[in-house]
Amino acid sequence: MNNNLKTLTNGILRENPTFALVLGMCPTLATTTSAINGMSMGLATLFVLVCSNVVISLLKNLIPDKVRIPAFIVVIATFVTLVQLLMQAYLPGIYDVLGLFIPLIVVNCIVLGRAEAFAAKNSVGLSALDGIGMGLGFTLSLTVLGAIRELIGTGACFGLHIFPDNYGALVFVLAPGAFIALAYLMAIMNKVVKK
Amino acid sequence: MEKLIVAPAPHAHSGDSVRRNMLLVIAALIPAYAVSIVAFGWGALITMAISVAACVGCEWLITKYLLKQKPTLCDCSAVLTGMLLAFNVPSNLDWWILVLGAVFAIGVGKMTFGGLGQNPFNPALVGRVFLLISFPAQMTTWPKAQGFASAIMGQQVTDANSGATPLYYLKHLVGLDNGPEAVKTVADLKMTSLSDAFLGAMGGSLGEVCALALILGGLFLICTRVITWHIPVSIIATVALFAACTGWAGALPEGIDTCHYVAYELLTGGVMLGAFFMATDYVTSPMSACGKLIFGIGIGLIVMVIRTWGNYPEGMSFAILMMNAVVPLLNKIRPRHFGEKKKA
Repeated sequence: MNNNLKTLTNGILRENPTFALVLGMCPTLATTTSAINGMSMGLATLFVLVCSNVVISLLKNLIPDKVRIPAFIVVIATFVTLVQLLMQAYLPGIYDVLGLFIPLIVVNCIVLGRAEAFAAKNSVGLSALDGIGMGLGFTLSLTVLGAIRELIGTGACFGLHIFPDNYGALVFVLAPGAFIALAYLMAIMNKVVKK
Repeated sequence: MEKLIVAPAPHAHSGDSVRRNMLLVIAALIPAYAVSIVAFGWGALITMAISVAACVGCEWLITKYLLKQKPTLCDCSAVLTGMLLAFNVPSNLDWWILVLGAVFAIGVGKMTFGGLGQNPFNPALVGRVFLLISFPAQMTTWPKAQGFASAIMGQQVTDANSGATPLYYLKHLVGLDNGPEAVKTVADLKMTSLSDAFLGAMGGSLGEVCALALILGGLFLICTRVITWHIPVSIIATVALFAACTGWAGALPEGIDTCHYVAYELLTGGVMLGAFFMATDYVTSPMSACGKLIFGIGIGLIVMVIRTWGNYPEGMSFAILMMNAVVPLLNKIRPRHFGEKKKA
Protein backbone atom coordinates (compact mmCIF):
# COMPACT_ATOMS: atom_id res chain seq x y z
CA MET A 1 0.00 0.00 0.00
CA ASN A 2 2.76 2.36 1.01
CA ASN A 3 4.57 1.58 -2.23
CA ASN A 4 1.43 2.31 -4.25
CA LEU A 5 0.94 5.65 -2.54
CA LYS A 6 4.57 6.53 -3.09
CA THR A 7 4.27 5.74 -6.81
CA LEU A 8 1.19 7.89 -7.04
CA THR A 9 2.60 10.95 -5.25
CA ASN A 10 6.04 10.62 -6.80
CA GLY A 11 5.06 12.46 -9.97
CA ILE A 12 3.22 15.24 -8.24
CA LEU A 13 6.01 16.76 -6.21
CA ARG A 14 9.34 14.95 -5.91
CA GLU A 15 9.62 13.88 -9.55
CA ASN A 16 7.27 16.44 -11.04
CA PRO A 17 7.69 16.00 -14.81
CA THR A 18 7.86 19.74 -15.50
CA PHE A 19 9.73 21.20 -12.56
CA ALA A 20 11.97 18.31 -11.48
CA LEU A 21 12.46 16.10 -14.55
CA VAL A 22 12.17 19.03 -17.02
CA LEU A 23 10.42 16.85 -19.59
CA GLY A 24 7.84 17.90 -22.15
CA MET A 25 9.02 21.50 -22.32
CA CYS A 26 7.48 22.14 -25.73
CA PRO A 27 3.79 21.86 -24.68
CA THR A 28 4.63 23.38 -21.30
CA LEU A 29 5.90 26.58 -22.86
CA ALA A 30 3.57 26.75 -25.83
CA THR A 31 0.14 25.88 -24.46
CA THR A 32 0.12 27.66 -21.10
CA THR A 33 -1.07 31.01 -22.38
CA SER A 34 -4.05 30.69 -20.04
CA ALA A 35 -5.01 28.48 -17.11
CA ILE A 36 -7.72 26.64 -19.03
CA ASN A 37 -5.42 25.91 -21.98
CA GLY A 38 -2.73 24.57 -19.70
CA MET A 39 -5.21 22.41 -17.84
CA SER A 40 -6.73 20.94 -21.02
CA MET A 41 -3.31 20.07 -22.34
CA GLY A 42 -2.42 18.49 -19.01
CA LEU A 43 -5.61 16.42 -18.90
CA ALA A 44 -5.16 15.23 -22.48
CA THR A 45 -1.64 14.11 -21.62
CA LEU A 46 -2.89 12.51 -18.39
CA PHE A 47 -5.35 10.35 -20.36
CA VAL A 48 -2.72 9.25 -22.86
CA LEU A 49 -0.20 8.59 -20.10
CA VAL A 50 -2.51 6.35 -18.06
CA CYS A 51 -3.80 4.37 -21.06
CA SER A 52 -0.39 3.88 -22.67
CA ASN A 53 1.22 2.92 -19.35
CA VAL A 54 -1.45 0.26 -18.75
CA VAL A 55 -1.31 -1.19 -22.27
CA ILE A 56 2.48 -1.17 -22.45
CA SER A 57 2.68 -2.81 -19.05
CA LEU A 58 0.27 -5.50 -20.27
CA LEU A 59 2.27 -6.08 -23.44
CA LYS A 60 5.73 -5.80 -21.94
CA ASN A 61 6.47 -9.53 -22.20
CA LEU A 62 5.23 -9.75 -25.79
CA ILE A 63 7.25 -6.85 -27.20
CA PRO A 64 10.74 -7.88 -28.36
CA ASP A 65 13.42 -5.72 -26.77
CA LYS A 66 14.94 -4.58 -30.05
CA VAL A 67 11.79 -2.98 -31.43
CA ARG A 68 10.32 -1.73 -28.17
CA ILE A 69 10.54 1.99 -29.01
CA PRO A 70 8.53 1.74 -32.27
CA ALA A 71 6.06 -0.53 -30.50
CA PHE A 72 5.62 1.97 -27.65
CA ILE A 73 5.15 4.78 -30.15
CA VAL A 74 2.40 2.83 -31.95
CA VAL A 75 0.54 2.32 -28.66
CA ILE A 76 0.96 5.95 -27.64
CA ALA A 77 -0.07 7.24 -31.09
CA THR A 78 -3.25 5.18 -30.93
CA PHE A 79 -4.38 6.88 -27.74
CA VAL A 80 -3.30 10.32 -28.96
CA THR A 81 -5.45 9.85 -32.07
CA LEU A 82 -8.34 8.87 -29.79
CA VAL A 83 -7.90 12.02 -27.69
CA GLN A 84 -7.57 14.17 -30.77
CA LEU A 85 -10.77 12.86 -32.37
CA LEU A 86 -12.70 13.06 -29.09
CA MET A 87 -11.62 16.64 -28.44
CA GLN A 88 -12.38 17.62 -32.01
CA ALA A 89 -15.88 16.21 -31.57
CA TYR A 90 -16.79 17.41 -28.09
CA LEU A 91 -14.46 20.32 -27.23
CA PRO A 92 -13.96 22.10 -30.57
CA GLY A 93 -13.07 25.45 -28.92
CA ILE A 94 -10.15 24.10 -26.94
CA TYR A 95 -9.14 21.84 -29.83
CA ASP A 96 -8.77 24.90 -32.07
CA VAL A 97 -6.59 26.67 -29.51
CA LEU A 98 -4.31 23.73 -28.76
CA GLY A 99 -4.24 22.72 -32.43
CA LEU A 100 -0.99 21.03 -33.40
CA PHE A 101 0.03 20.35 -29.82
CA ILE A 102 -2.53 17.57 -29.39
CA PRO A 103 -0.98 15.27 -32.05
CA LEU A 104 2.41 16.27 -30.69
CA ILE A 105 1.64 14.43 -27.44
CA VAL A 106 2.94 11.37 -29.34
CA VAL A 107 6.48 12.69 -29.09
CA ASN A 108 6.08 14.07 -25.58
CA CYS A 109 9.11 12.90 -23.60
CA ILE A 110 7.02 12.23 -20.50
CA VAL A 111 4.81 9.63 -22.16
CA LEU A 112 7.64 7.72 -23.82
CA GLY A 113 9.87 8.26 -20.79
CA ARG A 114 7.38 6.69 -18.38
CA ALA A 115 6.72 3.83 -20.79
CA GLU A 116 10.43 3.08 -21.05
CA ALA A 117 11.44 3.75 -17.45
CA PHE A 118 8.41 2.48 -15.55
CA ALA A 119 5.67 0.65 -17.45
CA ALA A 120 8.09 -1.72 -19.21
CA LYS A 121 9.40 -2.96 -15.85
CA ASN A 122 6.45 -2.84 -13.45
CA SER A 123 3.04 -4.41 -12.91
CA VAL A 124 -0.14 -3.11 -14.52
CA GLY A 125 -1.52 -1.61 -11.31
CA LEU A 126 1.65 0.24 -10.42
CA SER A 127 2.00 1.50 -14.01
CA ALA A 128 -1.53 2.88 -13.91
CA LEU A 129 -0.79 4.65 -10.61
CA ASP A 130 2.46 6.00 -12.04
CA GLY A 131 0.58 7.31 -15.08
CA ILE A 132 -2.02 8.99 -12.88
CA GLY A 133 0.65 10.51 -10.62
CA MET A 134 2.81 11.79 -13.45
CA GLY A 135 -0.20 12.99 -15.40
CA LEU A 136 -1.58 14.84 -12.39
CA GLY A 137 1.83 16.39 -11.74
CA PHE A 138 2.00 17.55 -15.36
CA THR A 139 -1.59 18.85 -15.28
CA LEU A 140 -1.01 20.71 -12.01
CA SER A 141 2.20 22.37 -13.16
CA LEU A 142 0.68 23.38 -16.50
CA THR A 143 -2.39 24.77 -14.78
CA VAL A 144 -0.31 26.75 -12.27
CA LEU A 145 1.98 28.07 -15.01
CA GLY A 146 -1.01 28.94 -17.18
CA ALA A 147 -2.81 30.65 -14.30
CA ILE A 148 0.23 32.76 -13.43
CA ARG A 149 0.83 33.77 -17.05
CA GLU A 150 -2.85 34.58 -17.52
CA LEU A 151 -3.00 36.57 -14.29
CA ILE A 152 0.11 38.67 -14.97
CA GLY A 153 -0.43 38.82 -18.71
CA THR A 154 -4.10 39.72 -18.92
CA GLY A 155 -5.22 40.34 -15.35
CA ALA A 156 -7.62 37.40 -15.39
CA CYS A 157 -7.66 33.89 -13.97
CA PHE A 158 -9.66 31.09 -15.66
CA GLY A 159 -11.27 33.90 -17.66
CA LEU A 160 -12.41 35.80 -14.54
CA HIS A 161 -11.14 39.38 -14.53
CA ILE A 162 -9.34 40.17 -11.29
CA PHE A 163 -7.38 43.29 -12.14
CA PRO A 164 -8.89 46.33 -13.88
CA ASP A 165 -9.47 45.98 -17.61
CA ASN A 166 -6.65 48.25 -18.76
CA TYR A 167 -4.10 46.03 -17.07
CA GLY A 168 -2.17 43.43 -19.05
CA ALA A 169 1.57 42.84 -19.22
CA LEU A 170 1.44 41.35 -22.70
CA VAL A 171 4.90 39.83 -22.51
CA PHE A 172 3.66 37.10 -20.16
CA VAL A 173 1.23 35.83 -22.77
CA LEU A 174 4.06 35.78 -25.33
CA ALA A 175 6.92 33.29 -25.45
CA PRO A 176 9.44 35.21 -23.27
CA GLY A 177 6.95 35.29 -20.41
CA ALA A 178 6.64 31.50 -20.57
CA PHE A 179 10.36 31.08 -20.03
CA ILE A 180 10.49 33.68 -17.25
CA ALA A 181 7.49 32.31 -15.35
CA LEU A 182 8.72 28.71 -15.75
CA ALA A 183 12.16 29.64 -14.45
CA TYR A 184 10.77 31.30 -11.33
CA LEU A 185 8.35 28.45 -10.63
CA MET A 186 11.20 25.97 -10.98
CA ALA A 187 13.33 27.97 -8.56
CA ILE A 188 10.51 28.06 -6.03
CA MET A 189 9.88 24.31 -6.44
CA ASN A 190 13.56 23.55 -5.88
CA LYS A 191 13.53 25.62 -2.73
CA VAL A 192 10.36 23.94 -1.44
CA VAL A 193 11.36 20.35 -2.26
CA LYS A 194 14.86 20.76 -0.80
CA LYS A 195 13.35 21.71 2.54
CA MET B 1 48.73 34.84 -13.73
CA GLU B 2 51.03 32.33 -12.14
CA LYS B 3 52.68 34.93 -9.95
CA LEU B 4 50.50 37.31 -8.02
CA ILE B 5 52.82 39.82 -6.42
CA VAL B 6 51.53 41.00 -3.08
CA ALA B 7 53.60 43.80 -1.61
CA PRO B 8 53.53 44.37 2.14
CA ALA B 9 51.32 47.11 3.53
CA PRO B 10 50.86 50.09 3.47
CA HIS B 11 49.05 50.34 0.13
CA ALA B 12 48.00 53.51 -1.58
CA HIS B 13 44.28 53.50 -2.43
CA SER B 14 43.34 55.30 -5.60
CA GLY B 15 40.00 56.28 -4.10
CA ASP B 16 38.15 54.46 -6.84
CA SER B 17 34.98 52.68 -5.80
CA VAL B 18 31.69 51.47 -7.23
CA ARG B 19 29.95 54.28 -5.40
CA ARG B 20 32.24 56.94 -6.85
CA ASN B 21 31.72 55.70 -10.42
CA MET B 22 27.96 55.49 -9.99
CA LEU B 23 27.84 59.02 -8.58
CA LEU B 24 29.90 60.32 -11.51
CA VAL B 25 27.50 58.72 -13.99
CA ILE B 26 24.57 60.23 -12.11
CA ALA B 27 26.32 63.61 -12.28
CA ALA B 28 26.82 63.16 -16.02
CA LEU B 29 23.10 62.53 -16.47
CA ILE B 30 22.14 65.80 -14.80
CA PRO B 31 22.43 68.11 -17.85
CA ALA B 32 20.19 65.82 -19.89
CA TYR B 33 17.76 65.61 -16.99
CA ALA B 34 17.72 69.38 -16.62
CA VAL B 35 16.70 69.64 -20.27
CA SER B 36 13.93 67.08 -19.75
CA ILE B 37 12.54 69.01 -16.79
CA VAL B 38 12.37 72.12 -18.98
CA ALA B 39 10.94 70.10 -21.85
CA PHE B 40 8.37 67.95 -20.06
CA GLY B 41 7.76 69.88 -16.82
CA TRP B 42 6.20 68.05 -13.88
CA GLY B 43 6.02 64.79 -15.80
CA ALA B 44 9.79 64.51 -15.78
CA LEU B 45 10.04 65.13 -12.03
CA ILE B 46 7.28 62.70 -11.09
CA THR B 47 8.49 59.95 -13.43
CA MET B 48 12.02 60.20 -12.08
CA ALA B 49 10.90 60.20 -8.43
CA ILE B 50 8.68 57.14 -8.89
CA SER B 51 11.26 55.21 -10.88
CA VAL B 52 14.16 55.84 -8.50
CA ALA B 53 12.02 55.19 -5.41
CA ALA B 54 10.64 51.96 -6.86
CA CYS B 55 14.07 50.65 -7.87
CA VAL B 56 15.67 51.51 -4.53
CA GLY B 57 12.69 50.17 -2.57
CA CYS B 58 12.62 46.94 -4.55
CA GLU B 59 16.33 46.32 -4.07
CA TRP B 60 16.03 47.04 -0.35
CA LEU B 61 13.11 44.65 0.08
CA ILE B 62 14.83 41.87 -1.86
CA THR B 63 18.18 42.14 -0.09
CA LYS B 64 16.58 42.49 3.33
CA TYR B 65 13.75 39.96 3.27
CA LEU B 66 14.40 37.56 0.39
CA LEU B 67 18.16 37.20 0.38
CA LYS B 68 18.66 38.30 4.01
CA GLN B 69 21.93 40.00 3.11
CA LYS B 70 23.44 43.31 4.00
CA PRO B 71 21.62 45.94 1.95
CA THR B 72 23.66 47.10 -1.03
CA LEU B 73 21.94 50.43 -1.52
CA CYS B 74 25.03 52.43 -0.56
CA ASP B 75 26.72 51.73 -3.89
CA CYS B 76 24.02 53.84 -5.58
CA SER B 77 23.63 51.39 -8.47
CA ALA B 78 19.89 51.05 -7.82
CA VAL B 79 19.55 54.83 -7.96
CA LEU B 80 21.35 54.85 -11.30
CA THR B 81 19.17 52.03 -12.64
CA GLY B 82 16.09 54.00 -11.57
CA MET B 83 17.37 57.13 -13.30
CA LEU B 84 18.19 55.28 -16.51
CA LEU B 85 14.82 53.54 -16.50
CA ALA B 86 13.07 56.89 -16.12
CA PHE B 87 15.19 58.27 -18.97
CA ASN B 88 13.89 55.48 -21.17
CA VAL B 89 10.13 55.90 -20.76
CA PRO B 90 7.70 58.58 -21.90
CA SER B 91 7.22 61.25 -19.24
CA ASN B 92 3.45 60.72 -19.09
CA LEU B 93 3.59 57.00 -18.28
CA ASP B 94 1.11 55.73 -15.66
CA TRP B 95 2.77 55.30 -12.27
CA TRP B 96 1.86 51.64 -11.83
CA ILE B 97 3.38 50.72 -15.18
CA LEU B 98 6.57 52.44 -14.15
CA VAL B 99 6.63 50.60 -10.80
CA LEU B 100 6.15 47.28 -12.62
CA GLY B 101 9.08 48.18 -14.88
CA ALA B 102 11.26 49.04 -11.88
CA VAL B 103 10.36 45.80 -10.10
CA PHE B 104 11.15 43.85 -13.26
CA ALA B 105 14.42 45.73 -13.81
CA ILE B 106 15.72 45.19 -10.28
CA GLY B 107 14.00 41.91 -9.44
CA VAL B 108 14.36 40.00 -12.70
CA GLY B 109 17.16 41.90 -14.42
CA LYS B 110 19.51 42.26 -11.50
CA MET B 111 18.80 40.51 -8.20
CA THR B 112 17.77 37.16 -9.72
CA PHE B 113 21.28 36.80 -11.09
CA GLY B 114 22.85 37.70 -7.75
CA GLY B 115 22.95 41.48 -7.71
CA LEU B 116 25.40 44.03 -9.04
CA GLY B 117 28.27 42.47 -10.96
CA GLN B 118 26.44 39.23 -11.79
CA ASN B 119 23.73 40.48 -14.12
CA PRO B 120 24.34 39.57 -17.77
CA PHE B 121 21.90 42.21 -19.05
CA ASN B 122 21.61 45.91 -18.32
CA PRO B 123 18.83 46.05 -15.66
CA ALA B 124 17.37 49.38 -16.79
CA LEU B 125 17.04 48.08 -20.34
CA VAL B 126 15.51 44.80 -19.15
CA GLY B 127 12.86 46.90 -17.40
CA ARG B 128 12.39 49.09 -20.43
CA VAL B 129 12.04 46.25 -22.93
CA PHE B 130 9.64 44.46 -20.57
CA LEU B 131 7.46 47.58 -20.54
CA LEU B 132 7.78 48.12 -24.29
CA ILE B 133 6.61 44.59 -25.11
CA SER B 134 3.98 44.47 -22.35
CA PHE B 135 2.41 47.90 -22.74
CA PRO B 136 3.14 48.87 -26.34
CA ALA B 137 0.43 51.54 -26.52
CA GLN B 138 1.38 53.39 -23.35
CA MET B 139 5.10 53.12 -24.05
CA THR B 140 4.90 54.70 -27.49
CA THR B 141 2.61 57.64 -26.80
CA TRP B 142 5.14 60.41 -26.56
CA PRO B 143 4.37 63.87 -25.24
CA LYS B 144 5.99 66.45 -27.49
CA ALA B 145 8.80 68.14 -25.67
CA GLN B 146 8.80 71.86 -25.31
CA GLY B 147 12.15 72.73 -26.82
CA PHE B 148 14.97 74.00 -24.73
CA ALA B 149 15.50 76.98 -27.01
CA SER B 150 11.84 77.86 -27.26
CA ALA B 151 11.48 77.61 -23.46
CA ILE B 152 14.25 80.15 -23.00
CA MET B 153 12.83 82.50 -25.59
CA GLY B 154 9.41 82.18 -24.06
CA GLN B 155 7.62 80.73 -27.02
CA GLN B 156 4.36 78.99 -26.29
CA VAL B 157 4.00 75.34 -27.13
CA THR B 158 0.62 73.70 -26.98
CA ASP B 159 0.01 71.30 -24.13
CA ALA B 160 -0.36 67.56 -24.50
CA ASN B 161 0.87 67.56 -28.05
CA SER B 162 1.60 63.92 -28.51
CA GLY B 163 2.64 62.36 -31.75
CA ALA B 164 5.03 60.11 -33.56
CA THR B 165 8.74 60.56 -33.12
CA PRO B 166 10.98 61.54 -36.03
CA LEU B 167 12.21 57.95 -36.07
CA TYR B 168 8.75 56.81 -37.05
CA TYR B 169 8.96 58.85 -40.22
CA LEU B 170 12.61 57.99 -40.80
CA LYS B 171 11.69 54.32 -40.80
CA HIS B 172 9.41 54.76 -43.77
CA LEU B 173 11.86 56.83 -45.78
CA VAL B 174 14.10 54.06 -47.01
CA GLY B 175 12.97 52.60 -50.31
CA LEU B 176 10.06 55.01 -50.88
CA ASP B 177 9.45 55.97 -54.50
CA ASN B 178 9.19 59.66 -55.21
CA GLY B 179 5.42 59.59 -55.08
CA PRO B 180 3.11 61.71 -52.91
CA GLU B 181 3.71 59.43 -49.95
CA ALA B 182 7.44 60.17 -50.02
CA VAL B 183 6.81 63.92 -50.22
CA LYS B 184 4.49 63.74 -47.20
CA THR B 185 6.87 61.61 -45.13
CA VAL B 186 9.76 63.98 -45.80
CA ALA B 187 7.56 66.94 -44.87
CA ASP B 188 6.45 65.23 -41.65
CA LEU B 189 10.04 64.47 -40.79
CA LYS B 190 11.15 68.05 -41.38
CA MET B 191 8.59 69.24 -38.82
CA THR B 192 11.42 68.43 -36.44
CA SER B 193 14.38 70.49 -37.59
CA LEU B 194 17.91 69.29 -36.92
CA SER B 195 18.49 71.99 -34.33
CA ASP B 196 15.29 70.91 -32.57
CA ALA B 197 16.61 67.37 -32.47
CA PHE B 198 19.97 68.56 -31.21
CA LEU B 199 18.53 70.73 -28.44
CA GLY B 200 15.65 68.51 -27.45
CA ALA B 201 12.45 69.80 -29.02
CA MET B 202 10.92 66.58 -30.25
CA GLY B 203 8.85 63.69 -29.07
CA GLY B 204 10.63 60.91 -27.29
CA SER B 205 11.44 59.23 -24.03
CA LEU B 206 12.15 61.41 -21.04
CA GLY B 207 15.93 61.52 -21.24
CA GLU B 208 16.73 60.91 -24.87
CA VAL B 209 15.48 64.11 -26.46
CA CYS B 210 18.47 66.43 -26.07
CA ALA B 211 21.48 65.08 -27.92
CA LEU B 212 23.66 68.03 -26.89
CA ALA B 213 23.23 67.44 -23.15
CA LEU B 214 23.83 63.71 -23.55
CA ILE B 215 27.03 64.31 -25.54
CA LEU B 216 28.26 66.75 -22.87
CA GLY B 217 27.55 64.18 -20.16
CA GLY B 218 29.29 61.49 -22.17
CA LEU B 219 32.38 63.65 -22.71
CA PHE B 220 32.45 64.31 -18.97
CA LEU B 221 32.46 60.56 -18.32
CA ILE B 222 35.26 60.00 -20.82
CA CYS B 223 37.33 62.86 -19.34
CA THR B 224 36.92 61.52 -15.80
CA ARG B 225 37.84 58.06 -17.12
CA VAL B 226 34.64 56.48 -15.91
CA ILE B 227 34.18 55.09 -19.41
CA THR B 228 36.54 54.73 -22.36
CA TRP B 229 35.84 56.12 -25.82
CA HIS B 230 35.69 52.74 -27.57
CA ILE B 231 32.03 51.81 -27.15
CA PRO B 232 30.35 55.20 -27.82
CA VAL B 233 32.60 56.03 -30.77
CA SER B 234 32.18 52.64 -32.42
CA ILE B 235 28.39 52.71 -31.99
CA ILE B 236 28.03 56.24 -33.34
CA ALA B 237 30.45 55.62 -36.22
CA THR B 238 28.67 52.43 -37.23
CA VAL B 239 25.25 54.09 -37.19
CA ALA B 240 26.58 57.03 -39.21
CA LEU B 241 28.31 54.79 -41.74
CA PHE B 242 25.26 52.56 -42.17
CA ALA B 243 23.01 55.60 -42.68
CA ALA B 244 25.47 57.13 -45.13
CA CYS B 245 25.59 53.88 -47.11
CA THR B 246 21.80 53.88 -47.26
CA GLY B 247 21.96 57.40 -48.68
CA TRP B 248 24.70 56.60 -51.19
CA ALA B 249 22.85 53.52 -52.34
CA GLY B 250 20.06 55.82 -53.48
CA ALA B 251 17.41 54.40 -51.17
CA LEU B 252 16.24 57.83 -49.98
CA PRO B 253 13.42 59.74 -51.71
CA GLU B 254 13.73 63.21 -53.20
CA GLY B 255 13.87 66.07 -50.69
CA ILE B 256 16.25 64.63 -48.16
CA ASP B 257 19.97 64.26 -48.73
CA THR B 258 22.41 61.84 -47.18
CA CYS B 259 23.85 64.37 -44.70
CA HIS B 260 20.44 65.15 -43.26
CA TYR B 261 19.51 61.51 -43.07
CA VAL B 262 22.69 60.63 -41.16
CA ALA B 263 22.15 63.52 -38.75
CA TYR B 264 18.56 62.49 -38.08
CA GLU B 265 19.56 58.89 -37.42
CA LEU B 266 22.20 60.02 -34.93
CA LEU B 267 20.32 62.75 -33.11
CA THR B 268 16.87 61.25 -32.74
CA GLY B 269 15.92 58.23 -30.68
CA GLY B 270 18.14 56.55 -28.16
CA VAL B 271 21.50 56.40 -29.94
CA MET B 272 23.25 59.05 -27.82
CA LEU B 273 21.72 57.90 -24.51
CA GLY B 274 22.45 54.27 -25.33
CA ALA B 275 25.96 54.83 -26.64
CA PHE B 276 27.23 56.90 -23.73
CA PHE B 277 25.23 55.66 -20.76
CA MET B 278 23.58 52.31 -21.37
CA ALA B 279 26.03 50.29 -23.47
CA THR B 280 29.01 51.33 -21.34
CA ASP B 281 27.68 49.73 -18.15
CA TYR B 282 30.72 47.97 -16.64
CA VAL B 283 29.03 44.71 -15.79
CA THR B 284 27.46 44.15 -19.19
CA SER B 285 30.17 45.35 -21.57
CA PRO B 286 33.41 43.62 -22.62
CA MET B 287 36.69 44.32 -20.85
CA SER B 288 39.28 44.57 -23.62
CA ALA B 289 39.53 47.49 -26.06
CA CYS B 290 39.13 45.18 -29.04
CA GLY B 291 36.09 43.53 -27.45
CA LYS B 292 34.55 46.95 -26.81
CA LEU B 293 34.98 47.97 -30.44
CA ILE B 294 33.32 44.77 -31.69
CA PHE B 295 30.56 45.26 -29.09
CA GLY B 296 29.93 48.81 -30.30
CA ILE B 297 29.94 47.89 -33.98
CA GLY B 298 27.49 45.07 -33.26
CA ILE B 299 25.13 47.43 -31.46
CA GLY B 300 25.32 49.98 -34.28
CA LEU B 301 24.56 47.36 -36.93
CA ILE B 302 21.64 45.82 -35.03
CA VAL B 303 20.12 49.25 -34.34
CA MET B 304 20.20 50.18 -38.00
CA VAL B 305 18.87 46.81 -39.11
CA ILE B 306 15.93 47.15 -36.69
CA ARG B 307 15.34 50.79 -37.64
CA THR B 308 15.42 50.06 -41.35
CA TRP B 309 13.70 46.70 -41.67
CA GLY B 310 12.32 45.77 -38.25
CA ASN B 311 8.86 46.14 -36.77
CA TYR B 312 9.83 48.77 -34.22
CA PRO B 313 10.90 52.28 -35.23
CA GLU B 314 13.71 52.20 -32.64
CA GLY B 315 15.95 49.33 -31.70
CA MET B 316 18.62 50.73 -29.38
CA SER B 317 17.47 48.85 -26.30
CA PHE B 318 17.07 45.57 -28.18
CA ALA B 319 20.48 46.02 -29.80
CA ILE B 320 22.24 46.63 -26.48
CA LEU B 321 20.52 43.65 -24.84
CA MET B 322 21.43 41.38 -27.76
CA MET B 323 25.06 42.41 -27.63
CA ASN B 324 25.01 42.03 -23.81
CA ALA B 325 24.38 38.36 -24.47
CA VAL B 326 27.55 38.18 -26.59
CA VAL B 327 29.77 39.79 -23.93
CA PRO B 328 30.96 36.51 -22.31
CA LEU B 329 32.28 35.49 -25.75
CA LEU B 330 33.88 38.88 -26.36
CA ASN B 331 35.60 38.61 -22.98
CA LYS B 332 37.58 35.67 -24.35
CA ILE B 333 39.53 38.31 -26.29
CA ARG B 334 42.20 39.29 -23.83
CA PRO B 335 45.65 40.85 -23.95
CA ARG B 336 48.52 38.41 -24.20
CA HIS B 337 50.27 37.60 -20.94
CA PHE B 338 53.73 39.09 -20.62
CA GLY B 339 56.06 36.69 -22.42
CA GLU B 340 53.28 34.50 -23.79
CA LYS B 341 54.02 33.16 -27.24
CA LYS B 342 51.62 33.48 -30.11
CA LYS B 343 49.93 30.19 -30.89
CA ALA B 344 50.97 28.82 -34.24
